[in-house]
Amino acid sequence: MADAAVEVAGLAKAYGSVQAVDGLSFEIARAGVTALLGPNGAGKTTTVEICEGFRRPDAGTVRVLGLDPLRDSRDLRPRVGVMLQAGGCYPGARTLEMLQLLAAHAAHPLDPRELLERLSLTQVARTTYRRLSGGEKQRLSLGLAVIGRPELVFLDEPTAGLDVQGRRDTWQLIGDLREAGVTVVLTTHAMDEAERLADQVIIIDHGRLVAAGTPAQLTASDGAGQLSFRARPGLDLDDLLRGVPAGVTATESAGTYVIRGAVDPALLAAVTSWCAAQGILAQDLRVQQRSLEDVFVELTAGPPAVTP
Amino acid sequence: MTAVAPAELYRPAPGPAPWPRMLVAQTLIELRLTLRRGESVLLTLIIPVGLLLFFTKVRLLDNERELGGRPIDFIAPGVLALAVLSTAFTGQAIATGFERSYGVLKRLGASALPRGVLLLGKTLGVLAVEVLQIVVLVAVAYALGWHPHGNPLAVVLLLIVGTAAFSALGLLMAGALRAEATLAAANGVYLIFLLLGGIVFPLTRLPGAVAGFAKALPGAALATGLRRVLEAGAGLPWGDLGLLALWALVAGIVAARTFRWE
Repeated sequence: MADAAVEVAGLAKAYGSVQAVDGLSFEIARAGVTALLGPNGAGKTTTVEICEGFRRPDAGTVRVLGLDPLRDSRDLRPRVGVMLQAGGCYPGARTLEMLQLLAAHAAHPLDPRELLERLSLTQVARTTYRRLSGGEKQRLSLGLAVIGRPELVFLDEPTAGLDVQGRRDTWQLIGDLREAGVTVVLTTHAMDEAERLADQVIIIDHGRLVAAGTPAQLTASDGAGQLSFRARPGLDLDDLLRGVPAGVTATESAGTYVIRGAVDPALLAAVTSWCAAQGILAQDLRVQQRSLEDVFVELTAGPPAVTP
Repeated sequence: MTAVAPAELYRPAPGPAPWPRMLVAQTLIELRLTLRRGESVLLTLIIPVGLLLFFTKVRLLDNERELGGRPIDFIAPGVLALAVLSTAFTGQAIATGFERSYGVLKRLGASALPRGVLLLGKTLGVLAVEVLQIVVLVAVAYALGWHPHGNPLAVVLLLIVGTAAFSALGLLMAGALRAEATLAAANGVYLIFLLLGGIVFPLTRLPGAVAGFAKALPGAALATGLRRVLEAGAGLPWGDLGLLALWALVAGIVAARTFRWE
């Protein structure tokens, strides 16, 4: 892809005997939100830190905005915003001072005070970093990543440790960045976050690529979806199946009907209109698609970490 | 609150600021943070002023022939050297060590700020604190009856080369050791220098072998150099300057090779 924001090919990085990243390849298109999803220790942070130019890969190539993160660091850094997983601030610096410091590095920065407002940090503008709560630190760190108006941001676990409101604010800001045409690359081990925010999901486990695609592609029911409802027993299922695509199956068990196949709006409409034609009210109608979580568990063969 | 649509607000407009703007911002934050830390004010101002008062009011130093002058004329140059040490070496080493362990250096290294500008900003921050220290200490010393001699330019040159030597040593330590180890070691070195640097008593009071060792250290070179000029009115003390420059060069080269940013 000529205009890829990030291209990673054959990337490998070991720490001692631990192979953190093991032959990883993927591409991230410009604009939109991409989630690097994986369990703890999957190699997400190592991958992102190599893209940010903090670490030197053992093997493989990385191009960020077409540049080499290490060799072209000077040209690349002003164009990229970085949110570290933790720390990164002078403990004695005030919230507003940290934003002003990073604003002074950029040619056309955001107004630090306005950004404070958007991050709900105005109340703690004069509070030193060491006295901020965990959630406030996280939001400040996010602010530092975006204040220089970068075209690409790397957010390492942007919502880890946030409460519900903080998480929602962060999601809102990521949505705003997306709308503004900023390419967002975030790491997360939270399925719902990836499903909700990301245009593209890259699932990593043990330093290897497990799957990549849009959430819809990844959860696409390769026959795995199902519709279920309750009605009086003994309906003519053959008649129902005549009106739906081939490959869909239907079963009944004591008045509970289950229709399996590629669940899409057309199938749902076909089933409900058939019920209407029979004069039946379908009770407890349920649509079950695979969630990203199902995909994740299948692919990584382990339960996903629970977001605190 | 102006209602700017997010799509407009965050629209990418990347690019580095002109480096002088970054330098000013870095210098100001270094200066502010130093002045905000209670322990660094203690180290940079209260202890040196206390030493000036103590050794001029309590007559522990009374052999004027050995001192080369009155106690205040002996102690004032030594305390100026101590001020440089406390800011350029001890304060900077401790602060930089913790900045590294808190990921500040990593974070700043990921922005458009070039490393050279970061280091220059740190140095200017150190120099600004030193100016403040020197103004206060000179005022106190004058109030205590100090009569300095010599060429002020020679004094400034000694202070600058001394700052370079101690900054390089401080960054060398902060870049190689863990933050907690730096905290301990930097304070230990401060104490050693206070005792072996010819600050509060002449090196001649030390046993021969110890005195020889002490004379090779940058602390004694700075204190002795300052005393030659301020107390005795000598011209440029080339020997002391040369020793300080050598320390600055060697420590600077080693620091540049071993410094870890995270």
